[in-house]
Amino acid sequence: MERLSRAEVAKVARLARIALDDVELERFTDQLAQVLEHARDLEALDLAGVAPTAHPHGLINVVRDDEVRASLDRAEVLAQAPDVVEDRFAVPRIIGEAP
Amino acid sequence: MSLPEGWEMVVGLEVHTELRTATKLFCGCANAFGAEPNTQTCPVCLGLPGSLPVLNRRAVELAMAIGLALHATVSPSTFHRKNYFYPDMPKDFQISQYDRPINAGGHLDLPDGSRVGIERAHLEEDTGKSTHLGGTGRIHGAERSLVDYNRAGVPLVEIVSAPDLRSSAQARAYAAELRGILMATGASDGRMEEGSMRIDANVSVHRVGEPFATRCELKNLNSLRSLQRAIDYEADRQYALVASGGVVRQETRHWDEDRGVTSTMRVKEEADDYRYFQEPDLVELDPAPAWVEAVRAGLGPMPAERRARLAALLGTPSPAQFDAVETVVDLGVDDHVDAAIAAGVEPDRAIARAANELAGDPHERAGLTPGAFAATLRLEQSGDLSATQAKTVLATLALSGGDPAAVARELGFERMASGELESLVDRLIAEHPEEWGRYREGDDKLAQFFTGQVMRATRGQADGKAVVEVLRARRG
Amino acid sequence: MNALEVAASVRAGATTAVEVVAECLERVATRNAELNVFIHLDAEGALASAARVDERVAAGASLPLAGVPVALKDNLCVRGQPTTAGSRILAGWRPPYDATVVGRLAGAGAVALGKANMDEFAMGSSTETSAYGPTRNPLDPTRVPGGSSGGSAAAVAAGMVPVALGSDTGGSIRQPAALCGLVGVKPTYGLVSRYGLIAFASSLDQIGPFAHTVAEAALVLEVIAGHDPLDTTSLPEPAPELSSHLDDGVAGRRVGLVRELVEGADPEVLDAVRRAAETLTRAGATVEEVSIPEIKLGLSAYYLIAPAEASSNLARYDGVRYGLRVDGPDVEAMNVATRTVGFGDEVKRRIMLGTYALSAGYYDAYYGQALKVRTRMIEAFARAYARVDTLLGATAPSVAFALGAKTQDPLAMYLSDVFTIPTNLAGEAAVSVPFGAGEGGLPIGVQLLGPARSEARLLAAARVLEAEGGR
Ligand SMILES: [Mg+2]
Ligand SMILES: [Zn+2]
Repeated sequence: MERLSRAEVAKVARLARIALDDVELERFTDQLAQVLEHARDLEALDLAGVAPTAHPHGLINVVRDDEVRASLDRAEVLAQAPDVVEDRFAVPRIIGEAP
Repeated sequence: MSLPEGWEMVVGLEVHTELRTATKLFCGCANAFGAEPNTQTCPVCLGLPGSLPVLNRRAVELAMAIGLALHATVSPSTFHRKNYFYPDMPKDFQISQYDRPINAGGHLDLPDGSRVGIERAHLEEDTGKSTHLGGTGRIHGAERSLVDYNRAGVPLVEIVSAPDLRSSAQARAYAAELRGILMATGASDGRMEEGSMRIDANVSVHRVGEPFATRCELKNLNSLRSLQRAIDYEADRQYALVASGGVVRQETRHWDEDRGVTSTMRVKEEADDYRYFQEPDLVELDPAPAWVEAVRAGLGPMPAERRARLAALLGTPSPAQFDAVETVVDLGVDDHVDAAIAAGVEPDRAIARAANELAGDPHERAGLTPGAFAATLRLEQSGDLSATQAKTVLATLALSGGDPAAVARELGFERMASGELESLVDRLIAEHPEEWGRYREGDDKLAQFFTGQVMRATRGQADGKAVVEVLRARRG
Repeated sequence: MNALEVAASVRAGATTAVEVVAECLERVATRNAELNVFIHLDAEGALASAARVDERVAAGASLPLAGVPVALKDNLCVRGQPTTAGSRILAGWRPPYDATVVGRLAGAGAVALGKANMDEFAMGSSTETSAYGPTRNPLDPTRVPGGSSGGSAAAVAAGMVPVALGSDTGGSIRQPAALCGLVGVKPTYGLVSRYGLIAFASSLDQIGPFAHTVAEAALVLEVIAGHDPLDTTSLPEPAPELSSHLDDGVAGRRVGLVRELVEGADPEVLDAVRRAAETLTRAGATVEEVSIPEIKLGLSAYYLIAPAEASSNLARYDGVRYGLRVDGPDVEAMNVATRTVGFGDEVKRRIMLGTYALSAGYYDAYYGQALKVRTRMIEAFARAYARVDTLLGATAPSVAFALGAKTQDPLAMYLSDVFTIPTNLAGEAAVSVPFGAGEGGLPIGVQLLGPARSEARLLAAARVLEAEGGR
């Protein structure tokens, strides 16, 4: 892999909804590049045929019964919200519909 | 409008259906439509810090039922996170299935005999719902939005067809048949108007024999009618664009039902990098064969089979009779028909009455049980009730229930003795000599006139067929 | 103050929970300003809970942790109490529900005094990334207590509480335990419910205890462990019996001293591990040197997997439903402003690293590759456990380091977790136990590792070391 570029870090920051000024972009690029540099030891490994492990233990089929449990008290939920209108969570205008 | 000779459209549908479970996919909040905003929420479906999802067994079983009904293979599956920011999604990722869906590779046969491939039918969670303040109430131009998370976490199955559909009518037929199958499995109530079944359509057009072209995805298709209209509009739009030397851009387009047009919603962009990865808070789903078979054993007959059975009861059905059969199956009132036939009602009458009198919201005809339906038709067949009276009794039963014979009595529907009917007809003949003359000369339309007069005089209690018989007898 | 003694004394009526809690609150009052251990103290609530414990004891309830004051890492949800995970983005948030472990502690008669400081979202090894300022090591306030559960460790080390809960994603219980001279347990993944633990990296996080002694840690773990239907990844079995096995000893056990778990450690740390091996040998174990080369890949795999999961887990902090909101002209601008102001640099670094590792075109090379390394790690440990029962190594490469020593160099900070990370990747159990002292008389921790569900055996071995090298 090429060394991590500023453009890549800027793109990742946009995806993660974090704003970086030029100084931060420079610094984060350097620091992340260092960590990725360290991760090069993985790149070299031949792991073809090795199954990935997403979970340490092989539990399967953990399900619950379809039984209703009490929901939270709405007042308690909305008390934590930054802005509420008509018992709903209010946000500034949304640009663009969900994908 | 249709595409010119030598061109065809390619359509694939993605259908999201909400599952009829008691609770949400990953928490015990009620899965019910129409509650007060944000009253059906908990730490899990609000995505509160520290909360964890636990999978609903019933949702898994309904998803398997859908897969089995679509001849798909139920396979070991995993859940993935689809990451993107959107305020109606509490965790800012959707738990869905990705490279290992619960159902893959099936098909659906349409009534016209064509077969549509099913690529996958996977489980995922629904989002909350936002409403938009200011502007037109739509998202564009709104000043701010309000979010209700009652729907967040409701179980969905997304059914992805192969791009096998070649006309808007076929797409509509597919959606209608799929809806019938979803209702037959008990997985869905099929209510498109409440959003419990939502359709996106991928549409492209190309010259026959050439490879598939770039497609556009259509959203906001809230009825079978809008599905068909939107596809036709979009195919025409793409053809016109290409014919004038333009290029179709891959994008998501919004169907505007009022204006009858599609318009650009969003083009493919950087934000579409969903960074799917396996959901670490859920484990693999690997149903044992016995579990799958138990679900299969619980499946009732699907619409195609039910249509064939009812049609067979009619011998060689006329087109109108076959329409009635289709309606009975669409309405899911096979039980009413069966009860009536078991009570001795002729299949033709049972099917026709069920198709005509049982339409509408099942909740709004709760009193009209199969038994009550059968008893009413039985009274009609024996002549105790006229056809008009029978319909009135059915309507009354639907609203308030009760015993059909008692309801008929309360409505004042006494059986009219045949002697009474004959003397009434004779009186009317005497009162309308001109009409009677024309009838005698062979103008059969006048039978309607006399029937109407009889009905008026008897407040609908007479049997129209009996009136015509008396008229014929008098004509000689 | 020992948790077992406190509980026995409260149960016997020799003292009351209220008295015990009041005494602890005094100790907090004396040192908290200097050490910055508790970032939220609930004195009134604690005294009220203690009074209820006294009532239950009077009514005849036999409570294993009767009146035992505890500190909770601030990533554990407590209904109605500020819970911030050390982050500005959750300032003022009061969860409407309790974490499973919080309920279990209360059920056993323990009394939570408040929330202990931590690295922001548990991302750090020194408790310096907290939005609420660094915690200082009670044994030497110029030094860090370790992290990310540094507040919990410091609370116990400073005598403010006898026991505390932390969480361990890559060493965040064991490393601060080592640096503060305490016993710290990273249980088998799934042994303790994560419900109500604010997630850092879901497939690695585990809650565990801090205590001065092995017996206290064992008792707390018994109380909090066991299946929880609210956590799908929780093991489907009851809590293991630990206290009854503490004196099992190590006679006949085969212990592997792992070369890769001491490589690069300071000489005094290496020396402590060697002496620990001799102690175990004298107690009847056979100790051999083993090599597990895959351990060296752990750091790289961890710093791809943990940030990847974190990038997704932390997406929900968007200013919509709870916590901080910094307004903007539209919802996306509001999300960006909120996250930019609300997250500290270390959290931003990891979110970006994880986003990168998962993004189109890089998934296979980074995240996908790391998951395969994880498989290799698990297989390597399994091979080792086919030969030996227990593995031995260092917990941290050095004694507690000075505040600020590594804050400018993320990679150097990450390297301080090099010995603890492999256990998390494998989902197995490990214990850090104090054994001797190094520079400036500061404590050194040695680490005992075992396969899944080996806690009883590890604690018995830790007890042997404690008897020799403890205070
Ligand atoms: Mg979907
Ligand atoms: Zn819920």
